[in-house]
Amino acid sequence: MAKLNTVKALNLALLQEMERDEDVVIIGEDVGVDGGVFRVTDDLHRKFGGKRVIDSPLAEAAIIGAGVGMALYGLKPVCEIQFSGFAFQCFHQFENHVARFRLRTLGRFHVPMVVRMPYGGGVRALEHHTESEEQFYAHIPGLKMVIPSGARNARALLVAAIRDPDPVIFFEAKALYHAAKEDVPDEIETMPIGRAQVARAGTDLTIVAYGTMVRVAKEAADALSTDDGVEAEIIDLLTISPLDRETLVASAKKTGRVVIVHEAPRSFGPGAEIAASIMDEAFLYLEAPIRRVTANDVSFVGFARERSMLPAVPQVLAAARETLKF
Amino acid sequence: MPRTALEPRFQVEYLSILDADGKLDAALEPDIPPDELKRLYRAMLLGRHLDERMVRLQRQGRVGTFAPIKGQEAAQLGSVALLRSQDWMVPSFRETAAMLWRGWPIEKLLLFFAGHIEGSQPGPNQNDLPICIPVATQLPHAVGLAYAAQYRGDDVVVMAYFGDGATSEGDFHEACNFAGVWHVPLVFVCQNNQWAISVPLKKQTHSRTIAQKALAYGFPGLQVDGNDVLAVYAATKEAVDRARAGDGPTLIECVTYRLAMHTTADDPTKYRTTEEVAEWERKDPLTRFTAYMKKKGLHDDGLQAEVEAEVSEAVRRFEEIPAPDPLTVFDHVFAEMPPHLAAQRDLLAARLRDDAAGSPDPPEERPASPPMRGQRNSRWQS
Repeated sequence: MAKLNTVKALNLALLQEMERDEDVVIIGEDVGVDGGVFRVTDDLHRKFGGKRVIDSPLAEAAIIGAGVGMALYGLKPVCEIQFSGFAFQCFHQFENHVARFRLRTLGRFHVPMVVRMPYGGGVRALEHHTESEEQFYAHIPGLKMVIPSGARNARALLVAAIRDPDPVIFFEAKALYHAAKEDVPDEIETMPIGRAQVARAGTDLTIVAYGTMVRVAKEAADALSTDDGVEAEIIDLLTISPLDRETLVASAKKTGRVVIVHEAPRSFGPGAEIAASIMDEAFLYLEAPIRRVTANDVSFVGFARERSMLPAVPQVLAAARETLKF
Repeated sequence: MPRTALEPRFQVEYLSILDADGKLDAALEPDIPPDELKRLYRAMLLGRHLDERMVRLQRQGRVGTFAPIKGQEAAQLGSVALLRSQDWMVPSFRETAAMLWRGWPIEKLLLFFAGHIEGSQPGPNQNDLPICIPVATQLPHAVGLAYAAQYRGDDVVVMAYFGDGATSEGDFHEACNFAGVWHVPLVFVCQNNQWAISVPLKKQTHSRTIAQKALAYGFPGLQVDGNDVLAVYAATKEAVDRARAGDGPTLIECVTYRLAMHTTADDPTKYRTTEEVAEWERKDPLTRFTAYMKKKGLHDDGLQAEVEAEVSEAVRRFEEIPAPDPLTVFDHVFAEMPPHLAAQRDLLAARLRDDAAGSPDPPEERPASPPMRGQRNSRWQS
């Protein structure tokens, strides 16, 4: 057991999986000698060499496209897109190929690849370095979309993603990279993809969140407990797609009140699918309309306005209180 | 500070061995064993005949839209013939002849164009990717396959097909760049058929050749007469040998012509002249190869009837294939079906049962208006 931040925990997952399985290779911009711009692949180039930790030319479509070819051949590429805001230059590869090879060949081929991307705000970064765009991937059939919320689950989920026979888009919250250290066991640990976790048990209200927003939800839940005597249950999705509707519905049935928090813009965002899924199966248990606390439907234009653009504790509290009073 | 020419100075060659008039440059003639020549010739006849038959099948509504290869048989077969079974072929969507050579059953190709996904499933040990429709997007896959083969130390060459239009796409340039930097065993085969639907080559690129684009990425490019099967074969042999020797990728530009339409949904009379087409018909790859085979004493008059029978038999088998099971698709989205897909599959299965029975269940009785808050303990409670 060691106290690790998320960067170190992810690095440990990569290191151990590469030691375990020679088919695991890393491709990306600056992932080699530099260890990645966030140092997630730090020291792996030295340990495994440039054939396995590949400093690729600067071209997202070929990073993902070549990753597809490697995966079809039987390797397990872990591709890094330096920031999720740059992934639109390879988006066609996701939609046309990464997601479809299994179906198009009726299982003759599959694409066991992981694509890691830093996402989200809170680190005072420039345009195209702050967006939350998980909804695009969650919408594509055939992709799994995973967003951990802390060092320990980041490590376990990355191991699970590498071992998954299907393509996994793995978003890493920049705001969590160095945020907090957690106890991470030395031995390899995995977690099931496709399962949410109850991050805080409660009876009065369900707050659904993932990634950085789990921290926001926890702060809000603590305030609700202290100030309002209300116990909120927090569902940490961990996997956006396929969505763990069972856990969501069970919590909604228990509490009857749901607030969803995400950094992605509201319209057609994950919150809409989460709310609709709860309505499908728990409508009669709801005591109030499901509330969403999200970014507005406005593109991110620079960190001078960031605080006003990201969902924060006061908004979650307001939505929770509104829901409780309804 | 002088301004000087840098070394190396680049050069692009053009290779032609058997010209449109059947004249042979014996010094350049590749050493192809008679049996291999016969196999190539038969494949060319089969490719041509299947293509013509498919156009008729499309016109009769028996298959959907497809992209004919007529005129491009030499470019495909002269190149694919150099692959062994452990090598990989990465097609675009106009490689019928190359796919036949690689062992795709005719009925499977027909299935693809009849809208069955079963037509894009390679056989269990077949190292081919399926038809790829989004232009040039298959090329980075070829680079990745070649990288993986090299990484594992396998004796494998990858061959990727694309057209002149694809060379304007970013994925082409990214793939060439990666292939050059990674020095992978890959042969890029461009079938420059002069037209990307209605856009002629001169509007596609201002480069004198497509072959020269390889030079910018640090590997050889060669332009060949793509209607000359011997030239394509000789050029590809060089490229495949280079790849096998660990000397990296090559780009071969086969200068050819699409004698038919872009797809069966296209009308080429809108953008090109009959004179132009006639000029290229004179350069037909099949005509000159037939003359060559006759001169070599390898021509077999019964072959045409044989390939026609083969195609007819395959069309018969194709037409006996039943409609696909709509539920199969759910089995291949993920290795394990997640609950939401299982639920969607069950709903579809129920709908299909109702459709089959011809009498869908009467809709469940529902209150006329949606429930309001406070109503849920009365009639809406289920």
